[in-house]
Amino acid sequence: MKKRVLAGILALSMTGALLAGCGASGSGSSGSADAQATEAETEEAAAEEEAAPEAEEAPAEGGATAEHAATNEIVIGIAQDLDRSLDPHYTVAAGTKEVMFNVFEGLVKYDSNGDTIPAVAAEAPEISEDGLTYTFTLRDGVKFHNGETVDLDDVIYSITRCRDDENVNSQTRTGLACIADLQKDGDNKLVMTLSEPNTELMSLLTLAIIPSDYDQQDTAPVGTGPYKFVSRTAQDSVVLEKFADYWGTPGNLDKITYKINENAEGLMNGLSSGAIDLVSHLTTVQTAQLDEEEFNVETGTMNLVQALYLNNAVEPFNDIRVRQAMCYAVDRQYVLDMAFDGQGFLIGSNVFPAFTKYFDDSLTNYYEFNQTEAKRLLSEAGYPDGFDMTITVPQNYDPHVATGEVIADKLKEVGINATIKKVTWDQWLEETYNGRDFQSTVIGLTADPLTARSLLERFKSDADNNFINYSNAEYDELFQKAITCYDDAEQTEIYKALEKNLTENAASVYIQDMADMIAVRKGLTGLTFYPLYVLDVSTLKWE
Amino acid sequence: MKKKVRINGYLAAGLILTAVIILWIVVGQFYTPYDPTKMSMDKLQGPTLAHLFGTDRFGRDIFSRVMRGSWTTLVIAVSTVAIGCVVGTIIGAVTGYFGGAADEALMRINDALTAFPSILLALVIISFLGPGKYNVTVALGIVFIPSFARVTRTAFAAQRDVNYITSARLMGASWIRILVVHMLPNTINVLLPAVTIGFNNAVLAEASMSFLGIGVNPPDVSMGYMLSEAQGMIKAAPWYAISVGIMIALLIFGVGLIGEGMQRLDKEVG
Repeated sequence: MKKRVLAGILALSMTGALLAGCGASGSGSSGSADAQATEAETEEAAAEEEAAPEAEEAPAEGGATAEHAATNEIVIGIAQDLDRSLDPHYTVAAGTKEVMFNVFEGLVKYDSNGDTIPAVAAEAPEISEDGLTYTFTLRDGVKFHNGETVDLDDVIYSITRCRDDENVNSQTRTGLACIADLQKDGDNKLVMTLSEPNTELMSLLTLAIIPSDYDQQDTAPVGTGPYKFVSRTAQDSVVLEKFADYWGTPGNLDKITYKINENAEGLMNGLSSGAIDLVSHLTTVQTAQLDEEEFNVETGTMNLVQALYLNNAVEPFNDIRVRQAMCYAVDRQYVLDMAFDGQGFLIGSNVFPAFTKYFDDSLTNYYEFNQTEAKRLLSEAGYPDGFDMTITVPQNYDPHVATGEVIADKLKEVGINATIKKVTWDQWLEETYNGRDFQSTVIGLTADPLTARSLLERFKSDADNNFINYSNAEYDELFQKAITCYDDAEQTEIYKALEKNLTENAASVYIQDMADMIAVRKGLTGLTFYPLYVLDVSTLKWE
Repeated sequence: MKKKVRINGYLAAGLILTAVIILWIVVGQFYTPYDPTKMSMDKLQGPTLAHLFGTDRFGRDIFSRVMRGSWTTLVIAVSTVAIGCVVGTIIGAVTGYFGGAADEALMRINDALTAFPSILLALVIISFLGPGKYNVTVALGIVFIPSFARVTRTAFAAQRDVNYITSARLMGASWIRILVVHMLPNTINVLLPAVTIGFNNAVLAEASMSFLGIGVNPPDVSMGYMLSEAQGMIKAAPWYAISVGIMIALLIFGVGLIGEGMQRLDKEVG
């Protein structure tokens, strides 16, 4: 009898435990689901993700791939998580824009030449003679991913938000400040009146058009692009799906999964095991490890400015002579040869070569590698025996880490003792970029929107993203002149003068626009290169 | 007699192996075939006569790097064990000798610390101190204190009431003198094996920390740092991971043999 009672109690308590277990897992999944779309696919996506690690261990390497091709989907490996908020107007990181390029569109969008072509607008705008009035015609029946049709209110809302909301980056905000008035003309015409002409307006109008009456852009963004956002699991993955009602040429693939892995080796393992089909921004050391039978390696340019950015506000880099000495002491060709097998394009200022209109090649070799000159400048500045410094690098980007190490090696030859400080991507954003707590850092800066202004405004002494604390009165003055100049040729000249100012004052050690090595699984074609830091997935397809 | 020779075999083998490796590492402080941080264009070459262990992605000679890197690891391990051993022994001696409430309190704190996995605890300390080789040493040193304190406390407590200690006390010897002169020599037989085990754990702990990217920073090199570097090119340059791995294994094996030898010796004598 006693035994039976005991058994009963045991059974009861076990049931209790089981129920508790169910309760916990049930609430857990609903907790994550609120950040996701409510469709049934969501769960499939989650299940897919959970299956991925097992797939990595699967002995049959081709198995997963064949599966991806069969279900017409791909998995793209990326090295960093997206911004906390997915709201396109608040996005900071280039890595986020790279993904969300496929989800959002503006009145116009970039084509693969870097020119703007109509998207939500039906055609190029009519522009009045004085350049102050733009009339856009809305494309018929453009749909948001939530099923609603884009109307003029949405367009006006999106543009006004980017102009007025303080959380939007300052380049976009100040660039759009020239828009004085937005008026509806009938159902599908938008009349935009400017207070002053703006030569870069079309690039600025690539800003994402989002619904005016939707408040969950942070977690479940809705746009008009060829792919719609399905779900996101922080630190793990982002899932996009083909948008059936897209107005233009639809994407070929049904589903895109971005698999986040901050460990570069993890991405490489994912590729060779078949769990990942495509990874960009690789180095030659990494691509050398790939099986040629399984992967094509395509090379483009990253369209960014990779530099050893110096914090101009801290010792010893507040002295221009030290900064110039750094420029002389770093052998950039050696950096390319050592860390990138010679691939990459040298630069001399804060513009990358693909941006041909503003790129000034004469600045590229302004500082020829010259250790004697470097030492002379160092002694002049009071550092005849060099000094100690740290180079902060985001550890999830092997190219930047490798660049830092090679630079440290070169600097040693002129007596500068550089220590590499590896930080996580979060730390880099928080402490280095936003907190400006660093001495020097290797990173790549992109242009978004693709305007000279967005590349150069950050070095204005009071710019909120002037993370290197560059402060030069002449630069500020020139910049003011540039943005109030309405003659394109003249403006281009001023922008070039700004670049020259950065070079002459050795704002940073400008290194290169990196070659973008993309590993693509055989059978996957249609990769298109842009003069922007984006990856267009709509043209990709399995053969 | 025969048995004793067999037991010394562990000790002898361990001592010889360790001596050779340490000699090699010490030599590396003064002479390496190549400058271990000097990059060259001979990148990712397999082992040759010129480069016994091959070269890494920046064309640096791995043999020279292992020589220099082992030194960093060795210094970190020795300092770590020194911190743990000295502080741990002091705590163990005082609590073991006096007992009482302080003993109870300290030993419970000790238990609490032991409850955390040591790497986790070191990670927490590092997150306060920041990475770097000195901070790693301090963090690991702190982590190693409890195990030494525990071992020595037992040894000291066991002697507390034996006759010669009581006599010493009656003669008016100060407690410090009793602890250091009369009791400490009798704890050597438990302390030495603890030191060898601690040393091995310290080598592995440094390797793990640097492997995780929170240990030493370049251009410093250490075993763990090189392993994490090697991991990134395990297919392009397998010799890198293998040679570093073998060196760690040999170092630990040698010291492990010494510890084993001493324990067996101790049993035999006792």
